[in-house]
Amino acid sequence: MNAPLDLTSIRAQFPILAQKIRGKDLVFLDSAASAQKPRAVIDAMVGAMESQYANIHRGLHWMSERTTDAYEATRDSAARLLNAADRHEIVFVRNSTEGINLVAHSYGRGVLRPGQAVVISEMEHHSNIVPWQMLRDDHGTELRVAPITDTGELDMAAYEALFADGKVGLVAITHMSNVLGSYTPAERIIRIAHDHGAKVLLDGSQAVVHRRIDVQALDADFYVFTGHKLYGPTGIGVLYGKRELLEAMPPWMGGGDMISSVTYERSTWAQVPHKFEAGTPAILEGIGLNAAIKWVEAIGYDAIAAHEAALTDHGLARLSAIEGLTVIGRAQDRGGVISFTLDRAHAHDIATLLDRAGIAVRAGHHCAEPLMRRLGLESTARASFGIYTTTAEIDFLAETLTKVREFFR
Amino acid sequence: MFEDLRDLYNATILERGRRPRHMRRLDDFDATAKGDNPMCGDRVQVWLKYAGDGSIAATGFDARGCEISKAAADLMVEAVAGRSADDTKALFAAFRTLAQTGSCPDHAAALAPMAPLAAVHEYPSRIKCATLPWHALIAALDGKGVSSSE
Repeated sequence: MNAPLDLTSIRAQFPILAQKIRGKDLVFLDSAASAQKPRAVIDAMVGAMESQYANIHRGLHWMSERTTDAYEATRDSAARLLNAADRHEIVFVRNSTEGINLVAHSYGRGVLRPGQAVVISEMEHHSNIVPWQMLRDDHGTELRVAPITDTGELDMAAYEALFADGKVGLVAITHMSNVLGSYTPAERIIRIAHDHGAKVLLDGSQAVVHRRIDVQALDADFYVFTGHKLYGPTGIGVLYGKRELLEAMPPWMGGGDMISSVTYERSTWAQVPHKFEAGTPAILEGIGLNAAIKWVEAIGYDAIAAHEAALTDHGLARLSAIEGLTVIGRAQDRGGVISFTLDRAHAHDIATLLDRAGIAVRAGHHCAEPLMRRLGLESTARASFGIYTTTAEIDFLAETLTKVREFFR
Repeated sequence: MFEDLRDLYNATILERGRRPRHMRRLDDFDATAKGDNPMCGDRVQVWLKYAGDGSIAATGFDARGCEISKAAADLMVEAVAGRSADDTKALFAAFRTLAQTGSCPDHAAALAPMAPLAAVHEYPSRIKCATLPWHALIAALDGKGVSSSE
């Protein structure tokens, strides 16, 4: 058993949590959009700028070699975080969106054939819908949507039925919904896809923050996540891909760093993963991501998951008890994201009032318009939790929501 | 706890947001346009009927969104009644100034119907809620079917 988190010590590591918002304590319940940054990440990035910075992969001087080492150490950490078999399976991208687009462009156009189908689900973020629509329109693949149940879980029978005609070449599906908090049963999703000869990309933008990921145990073919939701900086994310898949894929963007040699007649490509990393990368952000990964590992996913499960149970109980409040999504297996509506107030009005109390939530369609349509909603308010979230903050949210409802009496 | 929010959520806004007086589709109309705020999902549609001289004889709207956007649409209907297209566009420019700064002294009289929204300038993320119906209205005047608050 892990010891419970020492929240006082954890919160003290996030300088921003000491900020006052219009004189009130910041209650930051928008971590699913982007998480706050611990001192370790801030110090790693500032420290690099102050004492150890140059361009990487090309310099023959001390600074460049040291900076290259620091940046490449992140690849080892990311491989360890996901339990990848090989550090060359870690491709750095700007964010999850870029990782998905890379797969859609390179695997989609280079390996999938026109007439083959890509399966997504009804609870995808726009970033895991639009690239596949673009692929469909450019390349002649089909786009299939696996439905969800009314509780907000993937309908597994309907999912499996999508494979019946043998056309599915790729499944691209969220590992945890940013709106409903539902986890998808990744192992079953992958096993069914593999049984039918299809590869699987998991969008781990939310899941990797809350749960230990093991791409080998899952047998995932591709896995993407973004640094800024994992307490790291913006501008850096990770695409994991099985090595043989990455090697069979053509490059996506051309430029420096991704080549083996260049003449005007032809160029040859660098080995994976560099083949996919054209141009000077987000060096400082990569260094920051390494600090974030190590920080998360030091706390440990067992403690994180236990803390967030307790918060989510508490949040569901407190919010559900508010008259007129409806929690959206009732998945059995869920993480620290709670979307809700209130009978008397639109989500934007809720968010504006909560903001006056110092509480930051998201309101809107959460970049998941088709899911909103499926649920028959225009928008929801969403409270999402991080390592630093406390039970007291959730109590304050619940008490304040009761007052919001009174305000709109 | 929220008493200081009464500058934005004043009696007029709450009343118009909840029970808009002009929220109806015109069956007999000369122009219509939709407005979307892609960042938050708010949607509005505006219908216009012109008088013989081209001025606005009737305006109807349908809105799905927050109190601010619905109240803004409802008040807009009264502000533009009887105005020409050019006059309406000038009024929108003035309303934007009002929404962004809290006042527009040169057009205070014409903007009187919109004055209950003046406090929205204190809430930068909500200004688009107030201007969205106007974007749809101007798109309808220009014969465009859609507009965006972005």
